Amino acid sequence: MLFNTILPYLLSGVSVGGQYALIAIGYTMVYGILRLINFAHGDVFMVAGILMVYISASGLPLYVSIPVVLIATAAIGFLIERVAYKPLRTAPRMSVMISAIGVSYALQNLVLYITGGLNQFYPTIPFISQSITIGGASTKMVTVVTPILTVVLMVALVLLINHTKIGMAMRAVSKDFETSSLMGIKINNVISATFVIGSFLAGVGSLLYFTNYTTVIQTSGAMPGLKAFVAAVFGGIGSIPGAVVGAFIIGICESIIKGLDIILFKLGLSKQMMGLATFSDAFTFALLIVILIVKPTGLFGEKTTDKV
Amino acid sequence: MTMNAKRNMQVKKVNPSNLIAAAIIAAVYVVVFVLEQIMPPTSMLFTVLKKGAVYALVAVSMNLLNGFTGLFSLGQAGFMLIGAYTYGILTIPVAQRAAVYQYYDGGLVQFAMPVIPAMILAGLVAAVFALLIGMPVLRLKSDYLAIATLGFAEIIRSIFQWDKLGKLTNGSNMLRLFPSFNDFNIKNANGEVVVYLSTLVPFIITGVCVALVVMLLHSSYGRAFMAIRDDEISAEAMGINLAKHKQQAFCISSFFAGVGGAMLAMYSNSVQAKSFTSAMTYEILLIVVIGGIGSVTGSCLSSFLFVACSEWWLRFLDQKQMIGSWEVPLLRNGFRLVVFSVIIMVVVLFFRQGIMGTKELPDLFRKKKKASEAGKEGAAK
Amino acid sequence: MMKKIVAILLAMMMLLPAIALGENVVKIGVFEPASGDSGAGGKQEMLGMQYANKICPTVEIGGETYNVELVYADNGSSADKAPSAAQQLVSEGVSVVLGSYGSGVSIAASPIFAQAGIPAIGVTCTNPQVTAGNTHYFRICFLDPFQGTVLANYAFKELGATTAYCLAELGNDYDVGLVHYFKQAFEALGGMVISETFPSGTSDFTSYLTNASMMEAGVFFCPVSIAYSTQIINQAAAMNAGYAILGSDTLDSNKVVEAATGTNLNILVSTFYQEGGNPEFDAGFKAWMNEDAEALTNNGGNDMIAAVSVMGYDAYFVALEALKAAGTTDSKKVNEVLWNVTFDGVSGAIAFDAVNGDAVRDTAYIKSVDTANAAWNFVAVQSVE
Repeated sequence: MLFNTILPYLLSGVSVGGQYALIAIGYTMVYGILRLINFAHGDVFMVAGILMVYISASGLPLYVSIPVVLIATAAIGFLIERVAYKPLRTAPRMSVMISAIGVSYALQNLVLYITGGLNQFYPTIPFISQSITIGGASTKMVTVVTPILTVVLMVALVLLINHTKIGMAMRAVSKDFETSSLMGIKINNVISATFVIGSFLAGVGSLLYFTNYTTVIQTSGAMPGLKAFVAAVFGGIGSIPGAVVGAFIIGICESIIKGLDIILFKLGLSKQMMGLATFSDAFTFALLIVILIVKPTGLFGEKTTDKV
Repeated sequence: MTMNAKRNMQVKKVNPSNLIAAAIIAAVYVVVFVLEQIMPPTSMLFTVLKKGAVYALVAVSMNLLNGFTGLFSLGQAGFMLIGAYTYGILTIPVAQRAAVYQYYDGGLVQFAMPVIPAMILAGLVAAVFALLIGMPVLRLKSDYLAIATLGFAEIIRSIFQWDKLGKLTNGSNMLRLFPSFNDFNIKNANGEVVVYLSTLVPFIITGVCVALVVMLLHSSYGRAFMAIRDDEISAEAMGINLAKHKQQAFCISSFFAGVGGAMLAMYSNSVQAKSFTSAMTYEILLIVVIGGIGSVTGSCLSSFLFVACSEWWLRFLDQKQMIGSWEVPLLRNGFRLVVFSVIIMVVVLFFRQGIMGTKELPDLFRKKKKASEAGKEGAAK
Repeated sequence: MMKKIVAILLAMMMLLPAIALGENVVKIGVFEPASGDSGAGGKQEMLGMQYANKICPTVEIGGETYNVELVYADNGSSADKAPSAAQQLVSEGVSVVLGSYGSGVSIAASPIFAQAGIPAIGVTCTNPQVTAGNTHYFRICFLDPFQGTVLANYAFKELGATTAYCLAELGNDYDVGLVHYFKQAFEALGGMVISETFPSGTSDFTSYLTNASMMEAGVFFCPVSIAYSTQIINQAAAMNAGYAILGSDTLDSNKVVEAATGTNLNILVSTFYQEGGNPEFDAGFKAWMNEDAEALTNNGGNDMIAAVSVMGYDAYFVALEALKAAGTTDSKKVNEVLWNVTFDGVSGAIAFDAVNGDAVRDTAYIKSVDTANAAWNFVAVQSVE
């Protein structure tokens, strides 16, 4: 009874979580290296969606438009870093964060201008848009594909970071900025690579997310972005598996909260509707605050000592 | 002790630059009053002045925290929401409550308060919330504090929208029909307006609040805040109680944000939790940045500039324009915001000092040499 | 630095367009969303006004011919942007305002028009609060208590649903109001209602759809904006939802048809006008859209006629009637005469009641999506006895 009641919510939660995870990886990598909350990351994700809408409207077949979108998204991430963050490398951290907020504002307004502020309909990607049935609950193929793809990409990324030269450089830079530059690591290249990888994954995330939720508007990236950031903090910022686990937990919790009234009612635990679905967004932030206070390093984060 | 003595001496010998500044501020008030009497009240100018006054207060309150105490908080919209709701709930006339709380049998509160006490209460309630929120989050460091306060603002928004609190907050629906700025106009028996005060009053409220902030900044508390901003560790070593002072700054800032929220409610005639989003906080933050982080004068100036540009001067960018028979390209809905974003990015990247840097109004009238001395003194603090 | 800024600002002000003078011009304010969640609907409503303006660009006022100029202000579908958009119209000196699509923005802007003494004609804002207790806001459409009751009756009697699941956007006066009246009527008939809300910006509706099937609802009532309704339809289709999806006038959109085509969903909506009701208008309107690429884009890419366009068209002529009757462009005078204005519009005869200035209307059309042919099927004319 319990399982049958909760299964559909779990399914949609896993799917949402997988999409948050792909965005969260970008946050966690950038924060790990630059100690910057890249507020614009959610908007890069949204821009990837808009690009797909326009590129596929121009008539290109999917096998061309998908790679083009992913490359363009990575390029946008690279450009944002070069234009808005690199000039502020020596500025106080607050300035960089303000710059990130500015970029987010600018991207949203640019998209508002281009789309005229109207919802854009995302093209249908065959195969992952199909309906399938799992355990009696119908859902889109993308629900199943997302978590699998997320885990595969995560493993690939962890291998990249642990076993390649650029990965080693990333780890070095995130440990100690100045020392690693003294050791001859080209800091700017490492940072650019981080942004390119993060934005690329946000692009992949946007393919899956908007296939599921079909409309894109300039504010589409804001909430998923914030939630992905919370996921990154929850899992321990800087840790890629942490971000992924955090994202799945948040996705599932959110989905269950939306149905909590009904679940409780069905199980006979409550007699009336409490309107708890109102808190589906707030819950994520409550979770963030609790984790920040109880265990600021998150589930998998390394303990760092403050340098005076 | 010697510092205080020195300061007292300065107060006695009134600085001419302070006099000029005071004269300018007084002149602004006179001009606003006169303009309001002679110009048609439907003019866009007054909309800009009213909204500018509201944003000036909110921006100053944010600057107090971000610019003077060095606490990067992004919870401003949440505290404004609390202030706006407190004001709305307390001042809707009893006769109108049945219409406003249409789905909740007229609501729980069945009295109406006068405007000014309600505004002060709006600030106090926001400050109480700040006290509660501050206890856990103020221990956090810069960007974690930012994201935690942002999260709290979102949580507050959800709570105020919760259906079960509908008797108090009207659920997610609008609060309206409470006194607005236009109710400050003095009317004769026929209902015709004799003296227009709807713009002057928000100016006065903001003026009083900003004056309080300036006085606070010049007190020992203010110096402690700035010491925390400049270097937490050495501030603590000098005997400043970090937790206590951060908490004070957070509560005071929230108090004024709450009052600002109440004013925003009066400006827009209605309140709805839905509109107090993080985007609102970002907007205020950008105003503070454009004005200069750490300058009260800058925050006030940039509020008016920001509002005037977004509501008035740059509106033409959103519509098709013809110069002769040539249609200006690119102009259509949304272009104004694109231009706006570009200006903001330029300020953020290339003019990090903003309009005023850390200077205040009187500093503009000091002779060069004195200004640099004042700068040194400031740095020494 | 200061000097530079002042100089830039002065230069900007010089760029402000000079207002063309010389001809008799009467300005009608168009207070509609062109962006945001209701942007698509607002644009369709504006199309009706633009078409009407094309057909009838002048009006006789007090023996002189005036050119009618439509002045637009985008209320961004949000109650916090609405007051400044309204203020913009007021400062432009419009004689009468048309709009808006969506009730919340109308309620938020209402005091601004009241203070300026400008009458407003609501086109498709159905919440009773828009006109209640004021003398300047009129409306030409039916109201939510009516629409909610019609839909509840239909769901209970025709669809045979005993449990209804209602979903509304938090803080959207339109949705929340309609759900409230639907719930009242449905429960009075003996049905059970579960109503929930979602925060603005939600895109994952699968949990809510699951909630409805868990509760074995016979009907899923979602009077939400087009942006959300297309998402809901899409996700409901993927889940093979067994219940009927019931919508209000906002769902009467070609975007909804597009989203539902090729699925096996049963989607029903209530609306103001059924295509074919006035063939002459239909043909003219379609011909106009097909000639104007921008109009066609604003209508969502095809020439299916939305009921809101018809309402916009009628509202424009009601405004012209009021201007004629007033014999002046003075907004206060227009307000006075509006109470007695009548007009035989495409959507039916329009007259205002003497209490709130609401339209005297007692019929709504129910139609359903023909998912095989991407079109609307006429189902029934409903009224409340």
